[in-house]
Amino acid sequence: MPDHPTETASGAAAEPAAVLLDALRYRWPGADCDCLNIATLRIAAGERVFLRGPSGSGKTTLLSLVGGVILPQAGVVRIAGQSLAALSAGARDRFRADHVGFVFQLFNLLPYLSARDNILLACRFSPQRRARIAVAGSTPEAEATRLAERLDLGAALLDRPAAALSVGQQQRVAAARALIGRPGLVVADEPTSALDAERQQAFIDLLLDECAAAGAALLFVSHDQRLAGHFDRVLDLATIHRATGSMQAPA
Amino acid sequence: MSPVFTLSLHSIANRRLSVLLTVIAVALSVALLLGVERLRNDAKAGFAQTLSGTDLVVGARSGPVQLLLYAVFHLGSATNNMSWASIEHLAALPQVQWLVPISLGDSHRGHRVVGSTADFFAHYRHGDRRPLRFAQGRPFEDKPAEAAGIFEVVLGAEVAARFGYALGQRIVLSHGSLGGEGGPRFADHADKPFTVVGILARSGTPVDRALLVSLEGIEAIHVDWHGGAPIPGLRIAPEHVRKFDLQPKSVTAALVGLKSRTAVFRVQRQINTYPDEALTAILPGATLQALWSLVGIAEKALLAVSALVVAVGLAGMVAVVVASLGERRRELAILRALGARPRQVFALLAVESLLLALAGIALGLVLLYGAGAAFAPWLSSAHGLQLSLGWPGVGEWRLLGAVLAVSLLASLVPALRAYRYSLADGMTIRV
Repeated sequence: MPDHPTETASGAAAEPAAVLLDALRYRWPGADCDCLNIATLRIAAGERVFLRGPSGSGKTTLLSLVGGVILPQAGVVRIAGQSLAALSAGARDRFRADHVGFVFQLFNLLPYLSARDNILLACRFSPQRRARIAVAGSTPEAEATRLAERLDLGAALLDRPAAALSVGQQQRVAAARALIGRPGLVVADEPTSALDAERQQAFIDLLLDECAAAGAALLFVSHDQRLAGHFDRVLDLATIHRATGSMQAPA
Repeated sequence: MSPVFTLSLHSIANRRLSVLLTVIAVALSVALLLGVERLRNDAKAGFAQTLSGTDLVVGARSGPVQLLLYAVFHLGSATNNMSWASIEHLAALPQVQWLVPISLGDSHRGHRVVGSTADFFAHYRHGDRRPLRFAQGRPFEDKPAEAAGIFEVVLGAEVAARFGYALGQRIVLSHGSLGGEGGPRFADHADKPFTVVGILARSGTPVDRALLVSLEGIEAIHVDWHGGAPIPGLRIAPEHVRKFDLQPKSVTAALVGLKSRTAVFRVQRQINTYPDEALTAILPGATLQALWSLVGIAEKALLAVSALVVAVGLAGMVAVVVASLGERRRELAILRALGARPRQVFALLAVESLLLALAGIALGLVLLYGAGAAFAPWLSSAHGLQLSLGWPGVGEWRLLGAVLAVSLLASLVPALRAYRYSLADGMTIRV
């Protein structure tokens, strides 16, 4: 599959925003008010943004919109210049595989695969990630090893089943999986909440460094303001969200 | 390999124990189904070949199944005998190669006594034209000159085994064939005991349960009888029966072999329209098939039950996979976040169930052939049932195809459920 036209056409000079939300409104089926109502949110390519949002503020909804798993009733979601609404459901899934890496709060890995296979899984669903690794003159396996090393995961760890790793190791494997094949955007949803306080900052620093190295924009979502220190920009979901009435996420 | 297939394999390997038990359940059910189908076919084939190599069975005018039942299976009795004149007429027909007369009417402890000629051993064939084999001894004497030769009997395998008879044993025949052992009998031919001269090997045919004597023997024990009862005041010692004409006046039926099978319908019509006596000739193979359709209902029920067992096995498999889905919703959400499409999630679960079913079918075949190889000798010796161990036949392929089709349908259940989960959950589980 060729690279996305908007991305190639614009080139490095005027690289499209990693994320652009415009006049976005989303309401879960059956809800009586908008769960999300965002006038505009723009994350530039390579930008690292901390988005503060307490639970129930529509975080989950926002992540699903950015991932293209759901489409807004109104407004535009553009990822790397591509309007997600313009794509079919299957194409959105492939687009997500190619352009967005996710790190979740917990249980990011398939327990029955080795750490290495978990990392490589991102490439299995994405021809573009494989292509980008090939262009860089490497192989997915070598790239997985390289990323793992940078994230302090030894080669011996990589061959162990994911279920045998500590939570911290699992989160780093998840980060490597999000980053492999250089997607334009990494979305992290409370990835440190299961870690010890002293490990939290170390993990965030690793993530920031690796996103910078890979040239990926980072959208880091957390309720914990204390983690916001090293980011380019800090946003509060409550301020960009214009929804009236209660702001309950669907149960 | 597609990511879905690799994932399925890993996922299966991760749940080895439950998967193994599921596969074993499916395998046992498949082995049972195919085993029943195979036994059914082999029993049917064996039944249809109870009598082979005989072109026509002839008896007094009656229904074909009735004639077959008494002439071949020794069940029930003939309404009429056929005259010796008819036998001679038939034997002299140019198309007839051989003719073996059969005379029924006496019994020994619940087992039928079959009077015939020694040709019986030469021409009675079963299965794939296999002759009767002697486990011990020899046939009774044909056209005996000495009085002693008249009272010789050959035992079917089951008769010898049941009563523990050995060669040289002297046994007494009973008049009539009513009842089993200890049942009502008209009278014993106690004055003229028979000597066991041969014991047949098991053949899986009614001959196993019969005692065979010469036609002269049958005549000899009845020389001092009339109208089914001993003639009062008349007693003829065995050593004197030779003085009487032991040529039978009538017999019960006859097995006929033709020189050419192509003449069979013509000869049948000729016999059926024989003007001097009302006779019926049947083609034993065709009538055996007709009889099987009567007794074959039980085997159909057996097949239906084993099909149900397969359904239960597959239902168990679906239950195991569906039960695993609850704990795997997280896994499905991860796959979605990585860009797996809902239909790939669907395929993942479908492939998984299908692999289980295929493994079950394969293991079932292994079990079937293993058990077949282990039990075939016993089935053959104890029940005279020839179990074929060949490549699956058309019927079995059809059953395998049906099992596969049902597994395919069954695999849709967890797959559809996973599909619905993955649409509803997206990348995150909201629990």
